Amino acid sequence: MDDILLMDAAERYSKGEMSAQEIVFFEELRKNNPDIDQLVVEHNFFLNELDVYARAKAFRHTLHETEHKLAEEGLITKSQLRGKAKLYFIWNKYKRTVAVAASIAGLISLTTAGLNLAFNKNINNSKLEMLVQEVSKTQKDVDKIKNAASSNNPAAKPTPSVDYMATGFLIDAKGYIVTNAHVIAPMKQHIYVENKKGEYFTAIAVSTDVRSDLAILKIVDTGFHSPGILPYSIKRLNSDLGEQIFTLGFPRKEIVYGAGYLSAKSGQDGDSSAYQLTIPANPGNSGGPVINGNGEVIGIITGKNKGADGVTYAAKSKNIFKLVEDLKRQDKDFQTIKTPSGNILRGLDRVQQIKKLEDYIYMVVGN
Amino acid sequence: MSTIAQDKALLEGLARSEKGAIEAIYRENYGMVQALVLNNTGSPDDARDIFQEVMIVLYEKAGLESFELNCQLKTFVYSVARRLWLKKLQQMQRYNSTPVENLQETVPVDEDIELHEQKNQQFGYMESAMGKIGEPCKSLLEAYYLQKKQMQDIAADFGYTNADNAKTQKYKCLVRLKKLFFAQYKNGG
Repeated sequence: MDDILLMDAAERYSKGEMSAQEIVFFEELRKNNPDIDQLVVEHNFFLNELDVYARAKAFRHTLHETEHKLAEEGLITKSQLRGKAKLYFIWNKYKRTVAVAASIAGLISLTTAGLNLAFNKNINNSKLEMLVQEVSKTQKDVDKIKNAASSNNPAAKPTPSVDYMATGFLIDAKGYIVTNAHVIAPMKQHIYVENKKGEYFTAIAVSTDVRSDLAILKIVDTGFHSPGILPYSIKRLNSDLGEQIFTLGFPRKEIVYGAGYLSAKSGQDGDSSAYQLTIPANPGNSGGPVINGNGEVIGIITGKNKGADGVTYAAKSKNIFKLVEDLKRQDKDFQTIKTPSGNILRGLDRVQQIKKLEDYIYMVVGN
Repeated sequence: MSTIAQDKALLEGLARSEKGAIEAIYRENYGMVQALVLNNTGSPDDARDIFQEVMIVLYEKAGLESFELNCQLKTFVYSVARRLWLKKLQQMQRYNSTPVENLQETVPVDEDIELHEQKNQQFGYMESAMGKIGEPCKSLLEAYYLQKKQMQDIAADFGYTNADNAKTQKYKCLVRLKKLFFAQYKNGG
């Protein structure tokens, strides 16, 4: 009797799926063959271990979810405080040394940066492809026809006619979305965001930073309802070379998944505010989140190298915090922006992670 | 003030992974554990880790057939947290002349900690075996044994022509998982 048949028999036996006749046969077999009996005992032990593991895993997941929720409420403090305190201490100790070093470094980097700018600017632009998609005339015509067809249904909002499309994702469930600065630059008249269900909301740009190529949008549509606590967190620290990452974006009118790895800790021409990734990206992927296996957003797709296949660039996620903090300083209306502090994606398999993520990723379109 | 009967009900909820029970235990006890860790050279992150581990100890204890609670839950949580934190300090060799003070009464928890270490090790064996078998085995086994999906649905999800094919594949994967698991189990034990 081969192993697979035996395992199947053991499982059906313990689940009570055997007929009376089979049970007799199986019990007889075990009694007369100590080897087989031993195998069945071992298999049952293993299945029990697997079941204990399954339940422990489910428990740990619920535990993380609860902790995440309570951290959002402020009951559980996160470690950022400690980081600041420590930094302050080191700063005091080395203030003078740092000041001297910084001024020297400053001078050198200014000169180098100046030289770089002077020599590289033109080459840069020709090599880098921004990944905003211009919506073709055919697509627009299709949309028009669809609109005409759905106009019989008064509940459906007409799809606005749009010229450009890319990706963005929520950083605060109240309706703050991060995308690229270059995504919204050509959208002179209107900016809309569209969720997975195809619902459109009007948005406005509240902050742009051309240097890191990021922008923050706010959904101002009264019809917008928050999809709930964000499942991902945003990473403050740099990520490691070789880290497995994935992205979700809108290179077409449907959300598309892509996976790859972090291939360099700097972006094009040594830009330290960006990463180089090896991941397929197409027009429309700009502004999409780059997420690691733990469910942390580590970057935002910005563009790809025209000359090399799969070489994609992403702004580092810590730039988001800078942008949010600047925004809070400028205007007290934005004091309430709260970036997510924990995540519930850790430990889930990729398919489950994506299911939880989809609702928080938006198509950014405009004209 | 919660009674032992109420505490017991909470732990029974915990054994069934009920969100409400987990949340209630957090709300009741988190501040106390955080204070313990922070007052003894720990950080908020350490406090979170310790509390998670306490919850796992509680979960394991509550799942035992012989489970009983002989003191208030709060006292038990405090005792376990204190022991776990002492241990962590020792591992980090930060445990010099400043012992963790007893802010509250404690009860002996040696057996519970021992059980926890054993269970944690077994969890680690299975986790690492699952990590090593690769795809599609990992997803296939998780779908059947963890998410308890039906074989027909799994066959459709994974693109097998019928449930029998999926089943054969599942058993092949299971044989590999078993091998990986027992290799560690026997070495570790």
